[in-house]
Amino acid sequence: MATDVHSPSWVNTNHPAPPQRPPASEVGVLGWLRTNLFIDIGNSILTIVTLIVLYYIVTNLVQWAIGAYWTPIWVNRKIFAVGLYPTAQLWQPALVLLMVSALFGVSAGQWGSMIRGLGFGLGVLLLALALIPIGLEAQLVMAGSLALLVVGYFIGARLPIPNKLLSIAWILSLPATLILLLGGLNFPAWGISWTFAPLVDTNLWGGLMLTMLLAVVGIALSFPIGVLLALGRRGNLPVIKYFCVGYIELIRGVPLITLLFMGMTMLPLFLPSNWGNPSQLVRAVTAITFFSAAYLAENVRGGLQAIPKGQYEAAEALGLGSFDKLRFIILPQALTKVIPAIVGQFIGLFKDTSLVSLVGLLELVAVGKAVIQQPEWLGVPGGVAKEVYVFVAFVFFIFSYGMSFVSRKLENKLGFGKR
Amino acid sequence: MAGHAEDFDIIIAKNVNKWYGEFHALKNVSLDVKRREVVVVIGPSGSGKSTFIRTINRLEEHQSGEIVVDGIPLTHDVRNIEAIRMETGMVFQQFNLFPHLTVIQNITLAPINVRKMKKREAEERAMQLLERVGIPEQAQKYPGQLSGGQQQRVAIARALAMQPKIMLFDEPTSALDPEMIREVLEVMEELAESGMTMVVVTHEMGFARGVADRIVFMDAGEIVEIGTPEHFFTTPQHDRTKLFLEQILK
Ligand SMILES: Nc1ncnc2c1ncn2[C@@H]1O[C@H](COP(=O)(O)OP(=O)(O)O)[C@@H](O)[C@H]1O
Ligand SMILES: [Mg+2]
Repeated sequence: MATDVHSPSWVNTNHPAPPQRPPASEVGVLGWLRTNLFIDIGNSILTIVTLIVLYYIVTNLVQWAIGAYWTPIWVNRKIFAVGLYPTAQLWQPALVLLMVSALFGVSAGQWGSMIRGLGFGLGVLLLALALIPIGLEAQLVMAGSLALLVVGYFIGARLPIPNKLLSIAWILSLPATLILLLGGLNFPAWGISWTFAPLVDTNLWGGLMLTMLLAVVGIALSFPIGVLLALGRRGNLPVIKYFCVGYIELIRGVPLITLLFMGMTMLPLFLPSNWGNPSQLVRAVTAITFFSAAYLAENVRGGLQAIPKGQYEAAEALGLGSFDKLRFIILPQALTKVIPAIVGQFIGLFKDTSLVSLVGLLELVAVGKAVIQQPEWLGVPGGVAKEVYVFVAFVFFIFSYGMSFVSRKLENKLGFGKR
Repeated sequence: MAGHAEDFDIIIAKNVNKWYGEFHALKNVSLDVKRREVVVVIGPSGSGKSTFIRTINRLEEHQSGEIVVDGIPLTHDVRNIEAIRMETGMVFQQFNLFPHLTVIQNITLAPINVRKMKKREAEERAMQLLERVGIPEQAQKYPGQLSGGQQQRVAIARALAMQPKIMLFDEPTSALDPEMIREVLEVMEELAESGMTMVVVTHEMGFARGVADRIVFMDAGEIVEIGTPEHFFTTPQHDRTKLFLEQILK
């Protein structure tokens, strides 16, 4: 029924009208091609040129990959995974993987959203590693971790596990990981020496395990520092405020590698002399933590700025004290808002940890360098550097892209009340 | 100290002055509010209505003059400020619910953490309050899932959960679609009937006429005229008051 535009009053007796399908040219494969790839001549040319270039690159890459010499990576797979960690004690990192998988599973079931995405990614990875014949024991560990992940997921989804308990489990998982990898606790300065296995020197830790560990420990330790710095910077105590501003700007004005070198050379100056010589790993982690904290503070500050004034006022009007106001109202909202930024920072840190190869730690890139120089491959024409670096890059990419994919998915539905 | 004496006014503001930088936002504002009284504050935009009621619970600090709430002098002493805030509930134009908490969590947060109430008890009381404002079925939702009128009713319930002696309202219906204003005003009318002391900034003249014990007219940071609704709507005295009422009732 057409609108009668001439009459002064008119009633649409047809309301509500049923929805109709869009024109056929807008839907389906052909419609999509037309509206996206071949809009006009210019657009069509661009599409075709891009496809040709892409075809050229991909075919060349595939051809190279098929003909390439992957043996060095295959035979060194253990070193790429855990560095020089003693083979007889690999059950210790295996336990860590089992523990983390179980935690991921339960959390994914309980919390959903981002953790579920990450847990799914972990599951795919574990499944792949369980199926590739990397070695029976390792495959069993992968399969076991996958099983714990899945079982954990169903437990988390069915049983009401208190959030607090789960959070505490996560927090405790970090020291537990370190103790498991070390084989005990050893602080001669404090008279603590307890072991359940031969102690594994941290200089032997390496590969993907070390890369992960550096990034996770770096973010975890820098988190509370970063939050405090952000709060201090926004607070109204001038001395604290300028200290925080100074710290943040100073650190952000310096490349990580200089901090790493400073950590290596200067850290002992700041520690009590009876603590002994901090290990290379401790020095690197310290530098990474101080580095990461400054960036985290800026991310958190962004989240704090996004909280409307009305939230503070409502909390104050209800009589909440400053600490409760922060704890219950401001920080939960600010931190939720910056999860994507923090994930982004974690990905950056994950990649930046490759710098510790320059201060003598055997993370993924350093393992790659070492493998390239193994005498076995001296006879290989052209060397094996291409294969090794492509592999290392691929590993970094899988993890980084996986995490950023999950966090972008999350970003889209971060609004409250839309769950 | 509080509660036993019924003989003094529950809010006493004497010569309150407030500046934003050089700008004199409140000029010698004095007003006493009796227990169980409903005072409606009207006036043009920018006249200092919000600033005034926000000085009462120290969301804004006044620079001179005296404010005493239920016998507690409003000073820089944090304990006094917190005591006063525990006795005054506030409802904002923009609701200001906590978006990351469910409706019931919004309501129980302060009773549990400020009044140290048991969680069970706080939740029971919250459900009673939700019944009272007519939306018990929304308890488990997030504020973002509610209409504006429902959100404002939750905000009222949240303030009431602290068992305040005074309720301050700053244009509680100004951000609402017309069809939702009624449901919020009805809750406020019921609250007034129950004997709550209320200071309400509003442009709802129907509410002012029907519910207010006294109306305060402010302009340019000053109180211009105080009187009963009858006085205001039949024999306003000051020219500024007449002009304002003419415009708003037109
Ligand atoms: N935070 C502030 N900083 C500077 N000026 C302000 C601030 N808040 C309010 N004012 C000014 O004080 C005056 C009174 O504001 P307000 O109390 O919000 O008026 P009303 O609620 O009557 O509309 C206005 O001129 C306003 O611009
Ligand atoms: Mg106002």
